[in-house]
Amino acid sequence: MDYYVPPTGFKSVLLKLRGNWLAWAGIVMLLTTVILAVFAPRIAPYDPYADIKVSIMDIYAPPSAQHLLGTDDAGRDVLSNFIYGARVSLIVGFFAAFISVVIGGLIGISAGFFGGKIELILMRFTDIMLVIPDLPLAVVLVALTSPSLGNIIFVIGILGWTTTARLVRSQTLSVKERKFVLRARAIGSGNAHIIRRHIFPLVLPLMVANSVLVISLAILEESTLSFLGLGDPTMVSWGQMLNYAFTRGGVSSGAWWALVMPGLGIVWVVLGLTFLGHGLEQIFNPRLEAHHLSVGKNMVVRGKEGAGDVQP
Amino acid sequence: MKRYKYLISKVLWASLSIVFVMILNFFLFRVLPGDPARAGVKDPRLTAEAQDAIRVRFGLDKPVINCFESINPLKFGSCLVNPLDTQFFIYAGNLLQGDLGTSYHTNRPVKDMIGESLVNTIILIGFGQMIAIFLGMALGLIAAWKANTAIDFATLGFCLVAWSLPTFWLGIVLLFAGSTWLGLPVVGKFTPGGGLATGLPLFLDVGKHLILPTLTLSVIMLGEYMLIMRSTSLEIFSEDYILTAKAKGLKTFYILKDHVLRNAMLPMVTIIALNLGFTVAGAIQIESVFSWPGLGLSIFEAVGRRDYPMLQGSFLMIAITVIFANLLAELMYSYLDPRVQAI
Repeated sequence: MDYYVPPTGFKSVLLKLRGNWLAWAGIVMLLTTVILAVFAPRIAPYDPYADIKVSIMDIYAPPSAQHLLGTDDAGRDVLSNFIYGARVSLIVGFFAAFISVVIGGLIGISAGFFGGKIELILMRFTDIMLVIPDLPLAVVLVALTSPSLGNIIFVIGILGWTTTARLVRSQTLSVKERKFVLRARAIGSGNAHIIRRHIFPLVLPLMVANSVLVISLAILEESTLSFLGLGDPTMVSWGQMLNYAFTRGGVSSGAWWALVMPGLGIVWVVLGLTFLGHGLEQIFNPRLEAHHLSVGKNMVVRGKEGAGDVQP
Repeated sequence: MKRYKYLISKVLWASLSIVFVMILNFFLFRVLPGDPARAGVKDPRLTAEAQDAIRVRFGLDKPVINCFESINPLKFGSCLVNPLDTQFFIYAGNLLQGDLGTSYHTNRPVKDMIGESLVNTIILIGFGQMIAIFLGMALGLIAAWKANTAIDFATLGFCLVAWSLPTFWLGIVLLFAGSTWLGLPVVGKFTPGGGLATGLPLFLDVGKHLILPTLTLSVIMLGEYMLIMRSTSLEIFSEDYILTAKAKGLKTFYILKDHVLRNAMLPMVTIIALNLGFTVAGAIQIESVFSWPGLGLSIFEAVGRRDYPMLQGSFLMIAITVIFANLLAELMYSYLDPRVQAI
């Protein structure tokens, strides 16, 4: 049986990225958003947090020379809100994904490396968490705690680690069987040393690649929570712009500018991340593309022995 | 024998998951800052006696569980006194009798409220899923058949975009477009007063209100089904029996229908069940946008009203349904593909 060895170094990943146009398109889309978020105060024509005086004419004013994308329910500039909104999406996406990937990585490596009872307990816990629907639980958690940016990041982070744990575990299982681990053990290396020096560096690229998809899920979840009215009330975010525009008469006053732009922003970032994620996935796991047992992220059909191999 | 062992272990793990969800569901609402005792009686105009009366009425005067606040090792015996007369065991006992508590907001049993809205959610999810499954399988099959052509790339592009769309935003856009240009109704289940109609007029009215929410759900689900159908079919195309069928001189239509479609059913059946959690998340958003009176809208409203028993009950209901669907999927998978063995 042939063994497919997933690339384990950052260098080989970059080499394989060369001809992958999907991944590059994703990187470009993501970079534009990051630039927008970082230089928001310089790019945005107005400051969304400044105090302003508005008259009735400024509310849901259509696009004009002063307000390129019109104004929202409070008479604020939609374009400026849009530019600042990129910040919240990216902050929540990156930090929540970081929490998820750290938890998933810890659980996956421990389960894969130690095996036995530890693996059984950890993976069963993962299975249970995988089954519990994320959004209702996130809604409940954020509603019970106060809806601040930190709480939203924390809630999304602690709910999104399950797929990472699965992936990392199977990668750990295949790395663990390599000869250098046996050699390291033979010269007397302890578990901690083997994990730190031999397992972790080889699992890390996969974790980074997986985090791309975790970030996109986190951004979608944040925008959904904000839209449902559970966003941080002190921050301008795309989900919240949609919540305000939708619940405060944006549809009946025909203010398409306030309803379309924030959504396009979310689609842009998530699509960019999806492109990048799919590009990376092709590199790491060609099996995912075509194997009749790999029907989805949630399927548990593969035994320990089969993890990481390719059916002939 | 091995087969039964597999089935039994699956059922056992599912029950364990349900118990876990039940305990989680109870303690989440007790441990987190916005506890029900404070939320239920938050009105400052209530007198102390009235607040106490409300606490007694909802059973919030009893300890959450004995020694919940702190455990004193010297007086450990006191934790064992009357352990069943605590909120947790009363809650568990009520659950076993099918009692999900009383809503703080409407003062009606949560069970009844969930029952009413669940029907509407099932209608929405049912129609949406049916369209998505049918179109997803057909388009996925065509995309695989025409792999690496313009049709295939268009399909793939659509899938990725559909996956990236926030469900609620697609709902808003369709609501905007549908109400402006098509004159479709966008709020609720029927036109005001339309609930009094019977027979065909009622049916047509509800159907009209269903069009946009169903369309939204279908588009959201379609992408994933299409992608999976496409990759499954591609893989089946490379099997030897397809070559044999071709060599026999079978028409392409029959190869697709009898050989590819049949074998592709297997992963599709399971992914549909496994996707239920995702579908529910979509339904919550769609119902909030279109005010469709389903479970999702109840959750959305319960959040705003801090109606904890309702939230708790809905979450438990959804989690248990999803766990059952997953169990069903796994059992079905082992039935459809006997090669699948226990881990």
